[in-house]
Amino acid sequence: MDTFELEIATPERLLARATVVEAQIPGYSGYMGILPGHSPLIGELGIGELSWRDEAGKERRLVVGGGFLEVRPEKVSILADVAEWPGDIDPARAQAALERAEALQRSTDPNADHAAAGRAVLLARARLTARQRHTEEAVAH
Amino acid sequence: MPNLLDIRRRLRSVRNMRQITKAMQMVSAAKLRRAQEQALAARPYAERLAALLADVAARLDAAEVAGADGGADLAARLLAAREERRIAVLVVSADSGLAGAFNANVVKAAVQFALERPGREFTWEAIGRKARDYYRRRGLALSGEHVGLFARRTIHYEIARGIAAEQVRRYAAAEVDAVYTIGNEFKSVLQQRIAVRRLLPVAPPAAAADRAAGDAIFEPPPAQLLATLLPRYVEVQVYRALLESFAAEHAARMNAMDTATKNAGDLIDSLTLNLNRVRQAAITKEIIEVVSGAAAQSG
Repeated sequence: MDTFELEIATPERLLARATVVEAQIPGYSGYMGILPGHSPLIGELGIGELSWRDEAGKERRLVVGGGFLEVRPEKVSILADVAEWPGDIDPARAQAALERAEALQRSTDPNADHAAAGRAVLLARARLTARQRHTEEAVAH
Repeated sequence: MPNLLDIRRRLRSVRNMRQITKAMQMVSAAKLRRAQEQALAARPYAERLAALLADVAARLDAAEVAGADGGADLAARLLAAREERRIAVLVVSADSGLAGAFNANVVKAAVQFALERPGREFTWEAIGRKARDYYRRRGLALSGEHVGLFARRTIHYEIARGIAAEQVRRYAAAEVDAVYTIGNEFKSVLQQRIAVRRLLPVAPPAAAADRAAGDAIFEPPPAQLLATLLPRYVEVQVYRALLESFAAEHAARMNAMDTATKNAGDLIDSLTLNLNRVRQAAITKEIIEVVSGAAAQSG
């Protein structure tokens, strides 16, 4: 089976390095599916859930919140600003962050950074969804 | 002749001191290991980002950056070099002392840096309590101070992000013409080296010859991508400076404490020798007194 190398790093550490058969990556303009031999691409990383399947067919997920990505036929590097395993997400904190971000988004203060608030809302939603799915999967097993 | 009691007291105090320096040395060794691990962990991201920036920058020549609109304007401003009249300097020291010449070296290098550039206007930003205290004592104004970050277990990236964002803003707004960092770098456990690095304008790393990215797709277009890459690159440079200084600080303290422990050991040896000599002299004196006393009676 064709595979490629996937590497996910944040400024503080290397989070994951795996040999995978496919990956779903939130990109600049929506999700993209990456298969081995993808044409080279350099771009911005979106906000959402990054998932991949390794050779054994096992699927793993990671919530990422913006950054950069580099795709080469044999290797994909993800440079995420923030990245979290679903199991590490604290639902209460994610919920609080979501509410804060939504409040900021609604605020009429001209100094409020609405773009940043929008990104924070997206990230918080992605974290909550990922966490919920993680819990459901844990129950199902 | 020195008093026996005094020497004993002195000996006890030096022994206590040795115990403390020994403990500090071991604590520093453990902290050094952790700091080194953190520096190592941050490397993959920094290396990939530098390569990415090189690829994107190689794809664009300056004219393209300057001609583009939107976010590209920021990229052009961060890359454009101006005549260095107003220089901002981030002085990276430690929060605590007892690390040999660690902090003094940084401050000395900063003074030297200013002396080499006469007629310029400097704004100083202190990272670490020791640098801040130095500028305060001199009554020099600081554009910012970041104290206490080296007292934590690890250095959070967010701190570097905050420091870098402010410098990027100042440079983009043309408040300063160049930004430098001065700080210790970890060369080896026995050696720390002072490094002066220019943060802004950004000098993009050269692309590796074998990684021609000419045919890659860019999403968003390269000019826009560059405008988000460059500030991130500056952040990573600041983060690296902090991590280097952090590791170097613990290495310097470990060495300073090792030397102190050895010195205390030498002092204990010579004090012990002295003590024994004085004690022996006292005993001899007593014997002489007894003997001469006996001789006087029998005579």
